Amino acid sequence: MIEARGLTKRYGDTLAVDDLSFSVEPGKITGFLGPNGAGKTTTMRMILGLDRPTAGEVTVAGKPFPRLTHPMREVGALLDAKALHGGRSAYNHLLCLAQSNNLPAKRIPEVLALVGLTDVAKKRSKGFSLGMGQRLGIAAALLGDPQVLMFDEPVNGLDPEGILWIRNLMKALAAEGRTIFVSSHLMSEMENTADHLLVIGRGKLIADCTVEEFIAANSQTHVRVRTPQLDQLAKLVATAGGSVREDGDGVMVVSGLDVGQVGDLAYENSVRLHELSPLQASLEEAFMELTASSVEFHAGVPSQPEMAGEVA
Amino acid sequence: MATTATPAHAASTPRVLPASAGRANFAGALGSEFTKIRSVRSTYWTLLALVVVTVGFGALACWGAATHEHGPFFDATQRSLGGLYISQLVIGVLGVLVITAEYSTGMIRTTLSTMPYRGTIVAAKAVVFTVVALVTGLITCFASFFLGQALLASHHLNASLGQPNVLRAVIGGALFLTASGLLGFGIGLLLRHTAAAISTVVGLLFVITLLVNFLPQSWQEHVDKWMPAIAGTQIWSTLPNPPGSTPVFAPWTGFAVFCVYAAIAVIAGLALFRKRDA
Repeated sequence: MIEARGLTKRYGDTLAVDDLSFSVEPGKITGFLGPNGAGKTTTMRMILGLDRPTAGEVTVAGKPFPRLTHPMREVGALLDAKALHGGRSAYNHLLCLAQSNNLPAKRIPEVLALVGLTDVAKKRSKGFSLGMGQRLGIAAALLGDPQVLMFDEPVNGLDPEGILWIRNLMKALAAEGRTIFVSSHLMSEMENTADHLLVIGRGKLIADCTVEEFIAANSQTHVRVRTPQLDQLAKLVATAGGSVREDGDGVMVVSGLDVGQVGDLAYENSVRLHELSPLQASLEEAFMELTASSVEFHAGVPSQPEMAGEVA
Repeated sequence: MATTATPAHAASTPRVLPASAGRANFAGALGSEFTKIRSVRSTYWTLLALVVVTVGFGALACWGAATHEHGPFFDATQRSLGGLYISQLVIGVLGVLVITAEYSTGMIRTTLSTMPYRGTIVAAKAVVFTVVALVTGLITCFASFFLGQALLASHHLNASLGQPNVLRAVIGGALFLTASGLLGFGIGLLLRHTAAAISTVVGLLFVITLLVNFLPQSWQEHVDKWMPAIAGTQIWSTLPNPPGSTPVFAPWTGFAVFCVYAAIAVIAGLALFRKRDA
């Protein structure tokens, strides 16, 4: 369980994280979504006590992380797979981490086996591929068998097999009742992994909802219509329960009715159509729209997005 | 947090830790920091360089003295430890690296996100480094002394450990190395960047000592003895300075002054380390 209250970080004139309040619940994967530079990493760094908040506070298991008596038992984090001394072997890297928290050394071969690095345990991590580095970072995070796990962009730069592995691992860990907090700048990744979403843009929280709610709110089908009898059709649509947004040039976008309904309505009322096509905002685009205009939005289920794309 | 008590038969799954395990404390940090320092090659290279430079230059100085020099103020012990003038920098570099390597590699973020007690980490690092430096320093200084005296013996210029001040000087050489290393350690904490920290250590140990030579003679008499390298190196001389030379502190006083410089660097570094974002 991670809880942030009014969490704020300012670097000089830049407000990197702006008054974030949220809680990350156990037993599910919470996706932390936002474009690059939105403040995801800064938030995670504050959770781990690496950065001191300018205002507000964030706690893990009820305490600020630097005050936990068993830090590695409570939280395992992978912020940056490169955050280690490349001259040290994988085993010794894990050993020095385990020792600082008085974790038994027998735990090391176990986590190495879990991430599949047993064969290279004695090798210096300098020569590791990105995927191997990522696995070593995850082994370190799992050393203390923690209740809370945080991953910052864990699939960046990984091959499909590595991505699938991390995804399945996170799901398995969440299924064990752990709190999983994972950041990404890709909606498509979160769509496949997360149960809950925290979306931030320019340091502000703009959505805090389940993935289903996010999809429901953001992926409705809309219908694009071009007609010389715009006003007439708009009234008909409204009567039939749809809503209309005029787009100029004799084009309007209808929500709440599907293509067939709009086409039938036009046919039955002798409205000439020059174009009739379904539109679907992909989640990725909906997310981009949402974060681009972040100031307009507040926590809660995001309202209907602007139309962002077209699927013919 | 509730940690599930795990039955022994589940040993192959990730959940195997007893609920009590995993307390972060100073003892753990000590073990961790010792693992860190012993598990990278740069430690061994630096310590090897320390031994080679100290013993090598000491031997060279004694070999030169044995053939040329035998004045009344010839200090055979000090001569055999002359390599310390250079190797103080080598240990200073190791002190710097103990800290800055964590920053240059990014390891510091992993360190602090697993062991967030910053004061405890610095204390553990300092203790481990002090022990490593002191042990290596003692081995190095005794080796330098015995080799140097062996070279001087052919001309009957050699000193022995039983003579006044000699044992203090040899052990003092190791103490001087340790304090030089801790000065580097503190500068590393303050500056966090390897190159900047090493340059500063060189500046403090070498450059300002040279710069004092450009001061008027009457000022030098008051300033010279306060220079870190001049104050610190008194601990490994066994004879008083020749009359007429620039005044210096007594051995232990000078060493205390040197330790104060190192302590200022470490304490200021610690204060910043506790406060700064990592």
